[in-house]
Amino acid sequence: MSDPTAFDPVEAIIADAGQMPEAKRSRGSTFAAVVLPPLAVGAAIVGLWYFISLVVLDPKRRFLLQPPHEVWSVGFADWDNFSTMLEGMWSSSKVAFWGLLIAILLGFLLAVIMSQAKVVERAIFPYAVVLQAIPILAIVPLIGFWFGYGFSSRVLVCVIIALFPIVVNTLFGLLSAEQGMHDLFTLHKASRLTRLRRLMFPAALPAVFAGLRISAGLSVIGAIVGDFFFGQGAVGIGQLLKRYANRLEGEQLFASVILSSALGVSVFLFFGWLSGRLIGKWAGESRGN
Amino acid sequence: MTFPDGTRALSDVSFDVDRGEFVTIVGPSGCGKSTLLKIASGLLNATAGEIAVDRDRIGYVFQDATLLPWRTVRRNVELLAELHGIDKAERATLAQTAIDLVGLQGFENHFPRSLSGGMKMRASLARTLTLKPPVFLFDEPFGAVDEITRERLNEETLRLFEQEKFAGLFITHSISEAVFLSTKVYVMSARPGRLVASFDVPFDYPRRPDIRFDARFAELCGQVSLALRGAHS
Repeated sequence: MSDPTAFDPVEAIIADAGQMPEAKRSRGSTFAAVVLPPLAVGAAIVGLWYFISLVVLDPKRRFLLQPPHEVWSVGFADWDNFSTMLEGMWSSSKVAFWGLLIAILLGFLLAVIMSQAKVVERAIFPYAVVLQAIPILAIVPLIGFWFGYGFSSRVLVCVIIALFPIVVNTLFGLLSAEQGMHDLFTLHKASRLTRLRRLMFPAALPAVFAGLRISAGLSVIGAIVGDFFFGQGAVGIGQLLKRYANRLEGEQLFASVILSSALGVSVFLFFGWLSGRLIGKWAGESRGN
Repeated sequence: MTFPDGTRALSDVSFDVDRGEFVTIVGPSGCGKSTLLKIASGLLNATAGEIAVDRDRIGYVFQDATLLPWRTVRRNVELLAELHGIDKAERATLAQTAIDLVGLQGFENHFPRSLSGGMKMRASLARTLTLKPPVFLFDEPFGAVDEITRERLNEETLRLFEQEKFAGLFITHSISEAVFLSTKVYVMSARPGRLVASFDVPFDYPRRPDIRFDARFAELCGQVSLALRGAHS
């Protein structure tokens, strides 16, 4: 609407009433309104933490919850401790990355196949649900039995945990194009492949990204869970958590928990950002940002 | 036309539309008007009867604009040419001409979500125009826009018809819209839909918007309305 000569007053009024004010308001919402509320809650949590650590617990039992500055100085500021954790994080990140990548490829493939015929969807979907419903703890012994206690088993746990949301969201997305759009493609004799590429894939993107954000977070959880049970090879953050807990090293334990949630949050934010970059222009404001 | 669940949607419907003719079918909701268009376009097969439509580059304007939300106005308008394998340079020219024709210049790079209902409908019209379709089917295209916009879109549709002289088949439940646009108006009864009355519209093209205030216009609308009432009771 930048060119005033091409301006149609009637349409402009309609468009203005519908879209513009809201968009401006959300863009114009101040830094303070966005950042201050969560910051205040964060400060309250740290305050509560101090209170429990210093007031509620007597000094003999303080190891149960060390005050924040202790966690900082022992967990983060001590390079020896911190570098061990970073190595663990790096190892777990690799597991999460490969698990997520495999889950994405496999999930996509399954969803595309299922989208092509209702009968295929009916045939495969129950097993996707079964896979999702298996408690991961129940098959951990089996995975170890088959694939050993190293990297590949850890990745497999990630895949199992992260696969379902990708399959379901991608399938939902592929099937989300309106009937009218399908009719349009039918009328103009579009091939199956054209329909898939020009209509179903782009229509699926918002749901795919929603699924990716869920699955990315799950794959981080999967990496840590997998690490708990499959401790061979490069040790990940899960093994470290176990070790710190056994040795009552509360500071490092807390620092590791904070680091692993930071990893989960950052992949979540990354996919939110990616989604905004790729489809934000047409799919509306992405939620959760 | 009988659906598998036994619903008889249409029966004994027979008519011709030539190039340069604009035929409108008015009827109550659920009388099978849209089914008729789906049969004409080939989206549905009739269970009985014959149908002959030049479907090579058929123009079909849907109830909704059915714009692809991930494409800009320009890319949406180019879509059909793309599906028909027309090369990029020609596609761009066709799209620009169509966009100019419906008065959307300046909005080429907007995404559908930032357009009003009327503008979306125009983009949808422009998309259909790129193929220069000899047959133009309209399925209640302006049902969802407000009255002012609807009248403007009617005028623009009329202008397109006068210019392109396609064979037009238009479905609506607005009587004045039907009379304003058409060379011929058919009245369809409630389900199963049958054509129960037909009216020739005596106004010449190009038509001016103010024929809506002509006494003969009002009289014809009245007659169509009466026939519609008769078909409905």
